Amino acid sequence: MSNVLEVRDLVTRFYTLDGVVHAVNGVSFDLAEGETLGIVGESGSGKSVTMMSLLGLIPMPPGKVEGGQASFTTSDGRRDLLQMSADELRDVRGGRIGFVFQDPISTLNPILTIGEQIAEVLIRHQDMSRQEAQERTLKLLGSVGIPDPELRYKAYPFQFSGGMRQRVVIAIAIACTPEIVIADEPTTALDVTVQAQITDLFRRLREELGVAVIWITHDLGVVAGLVDRVLVMYGGRVAEIAPVDDLYENPQHPYTVGLLGALPSLESKESKRLVSIRGVPPDLLIPLEHCPFAWRCDYAFDRCWEEIPPLLSVGERHQSACFYDLEKGGPRDV
Amino acid sequence: MQRYFLVKIGQSILLLFGVFLVVFMIVRITGDPASLMLSREATPEQVEAFREKMGFNRPLLVQFFDFASKAVVGDFGNSLHFRTPALPLVLERLPATVQLAAAGLLMAVVVGIPLGLVGGFNPGGAVDSLGRSLALLGQSIPNFWLALILILFFAVRLGWFPSFGRDELKSVVLPAFVLGLPTMGQLVRLTRSAVLEIRGEDFIRTAHSKGLEPRTIYVRHVLRNVAIPLVSVVGIQFGYMLGGSIIIETVFAWPGMGQLLQQAIGWRDYPLIQAVAVFTSFVVLGLNLLTDVAYSLIDPRIRYGN
Amino acid sequence: MATRETTPERGADSLLDVERTFRDRLAYVARLFARDRSGVVGLVLFLIVVIAAVFAPLIAPYDPLEQTLRDAKMPPAWSAEGSTEHLFGTDNLGRDIFSRIVHGTRVSLTVGFFGVLIAGTLGLVFGAIAGYIGGRVDATIMGIVNLILSLPYLLFVVVIAAILGRSLLNVILIFGITDAPIFARTTRGEVLRIRKSGYVESAISAGARWGRIVFDHIIPNLIGPLITLGTFEMSRMIFYEAGLGFLGLSVPPSVASWGNMLSAGRKYLTSSPWIATFPGLAIVFTSLGMNLLGDWLRDVLDPRLRRAR
Repeated sequence: MSNVLEVRDLVTRFYTLDGVVHAVNGVSFDLAEGETLGIVGESGSGKSVTMMSLLGLIPMPPGKVEGGQASFTTSDGRRDLLQMSADELRDVRGGRIGFVFQDPISTLNPILTIGEQIAEVLIRHQDMSRQEAQERTLKLLGSVGIPDPELRYKAYPFQFSGGMRQRVVIAIAIACTPEIVIADEPTTALDVTVQAQITDLFRRLREELGVAVIWITHDLGVVAGLVDRVLVMYGGRVAEIAPVDDLYENPQHPYTVGLLGALPSLESKESKRLVSIRGVPPDLLIPLEHCPFAWRCDYAFDRCWEEIPPLLSVGERHQSACFYDLEKGGPRDV
Repeated sequence: MQRYFLVKIGQSILLLFGVFLVVFMIVRITGDPASLMLSREATPEQVEAFREKMGFNRPLLVQFFDFASKAVVGDFGNSLHFRTPALPLVLERLPATVQLAAAGLLMAVVVGIPLGLVGGFNPGGAVDSLGRSLALLGQSIPNFWLALILILFFAVRLGWFPSFGRDELKSVVLPAFVLGLPTMGQLVRLTRSAVLEIRGEDFIRTAHSKGLEPRTIYVRHVLRNVAIPLVSVVGIQFGYMLGGSIIIETVFAWPGMGQLLQQAIGWRDYPLIQAVAVFTSFVVLGLNLLTDVAYSLIDPRIRYGN
Repeated sequence: MATRETTPERGADSLLDVERTFRDRLAYVARLFARDRSGVVGLVLFLIVVIAAVFAPLIAPYDPLEQTLRDAKMPPAWSAEGSTEHLFGTDNLGRDIFSRIVHGTRVSLTVGFFGVLIAGTLGLVFGAIAGYIGGRVDATIMGIVNLILSLPYLLFVVVIAAILGRSLLNVILIFGITDAPIFARTTRGEVLRIRKSGYVESAISAGARWGRIVFDHIIPNLIGPLITLGTFEMSRMIFYEAGLGFLGLSVPPSVASWGNMLSAGRKYLTSSPWIATFPGLAIVFTSLGMNLLGDWLRDVLDPRLRRAR
């Protein structure tokens, strides 16, 4: 299976009135065709900014992508997203890469019908006439599970429930059968039962369309049954990356361990206190020369304060940016 | 939707009733409307006779009921100065004021909105600075003083426009500009801030994420949303200009309702003053109602909402 | 300070944040001024007017009421027939214009300040009651507020002023009462917002007493919008006072108010234009200062809005 996206050493900074925010500090990962990758991290970890800056969706006066490559493979060949012009990126957005954002009520234009908002993408990228776009939109509405498409086409966002609105947003994202769908906290603003419906919808679409999905979230629990691999981010860097089962059974980065410890589990027999990670996330205004997690880490030692740990291989397709070996109980031999 | 209209109309009727009350009370603040209306040379007997004739000795509630029931059909009694019915005198002046306010509004819209739009799309740019300076000046320059200055330059020194009256078409230019200037400034500011606010909304990010052309995003997504609050403001400002033209009309000797009011105050012609006050308020209230209706038609959230 | 035990934290940066010390706040205000110099300009203009008002008898070379008919209608000092004795010239009754302008600041500031004081107090009380109690009380109060706000303002102010007669007190009262609705509406809006956001509920459930809630939660949120509104409304009142004066409905004719001066100057517009020009400039000067100051205050006192620049 080939990779549809290969990101290397992405660096994004924001030049604000309060200082330079080092939002993304050297992030690298691959996304295979049809794979679902979960990107997990707390607020400020850089998980959203990473994907948005690849596609020119960050505000460019304060924001700037300062380094890296992002090669994107479609049927037309391989291109580096970061080298594309604004026009070219506009063709990619919506056409070859779709987006699903967090809060469906604010994500949709309140004064346009949802039919128009879906048809818009089709007309823009696939040169359809309004009639053709309308027909295809009705089919899309059906495939995302919205009943009575003809009626709903002319409805406005406020007339839908949260789950329905998110289905509309998903319809927009997949309208042009893109290679990748980037979903940024798609279920966070929804009720738990609706969350389950949406994740089911994603699974189904993934099978039917073979689209690769990047699922960004702060909630490790959500990704468990949904993704193939997980990428954990902290302080604008990749902390750990592993196939999902491996991550849950054998986490290697102290941050991941902390995140998992903070998860309530149905399976634990005894009642266990939920462990929260002590301390607070780092201030991104200060560029660090050491591990960003060191302050909050129970295992930090001298080396952690002297160098930035690179991603080290700790298993099959499993990497962790940490100098400490949890299994051994001491520093790694690197 | 029907209910919305009915509620609004009901509110407007209540407001009109409130206007009757306010106008009724104003004339009676000093306690003796008769001496208010007669000149200082009037003898106590004349004042008393007048009081009888106008019914000021009756209980207040009776007077109010009388006033209100007549006002509803447009009967404000006779003007003390002209000795003819008051309301027709006001109506006669209506077209002039409407013409003035409309011209002022037109100027304000044609200049203010585009400046605000450009300012919102390019904040910090040259046009934005121009627009914001205009807005600041529009707010800070007393328009009656500006009227004097403009008359001095354009009418007297340069002779481009007449300095008073409504004789030619270009007579309206100076007074309309002065009347419309504060609104112009307001429109620049409001348009600008609406554009900036909408641009920051999530659905604009969605529009970008769809790869839409910038022009599509600006027109379809930003402008349509900006238009909604603007309609409301334009309607209200028109009302404000209709009701607030008294000073401008006085300075330019423009024969509208405002000038009539000024004259009526000089004559102590309170029936006429009441007629102007009630009628102008009625027009302004009507305009506000129309604006509300227009707003509810444009914004689908209100049109189809419950 | 960043130590190995604790991550360095960003400090809270709202002016009204209770954790900042006074020195912090002063330094912060200084930084804000430096960033947005129009606020400084506004403040300077405003202070000039205030100083002129306070020290008027010392600054003005003549008594504003003193008439020297011999020197009537003398143009400003820099023109041919002018003299340095009367910097801005004299009016039709020979009164020194510069002195009248300086004394005019007193009328304008008095009207503006007390007008806003009355309007703000009335508005705050009724708006807070309406917002806090809700229900019928709210509907009644807001009904009256909406009525007054939908009336053509200038028209009614003019009519009432005509009826009550010319005096400073009348003008202040008129503005104080007719402008109260806008303060009431703003206050009510803020109170509703605070009620909805749960500060109050959580404070009550945490056992806070009523007084504490008002002082710690409600008042800090009200101060910002009210001060900003007060600044703009004060500027408006100065405008309207001048307008009333222009129509001959403000303070008695001899008193040196800018509106009166404009009214007198109108008659002599073509022959002695300076009589009307200077009072207008004074109004522009004052309004400009207050509007700039108001804009700056609005940016500064509302931490939410500040981010969105």
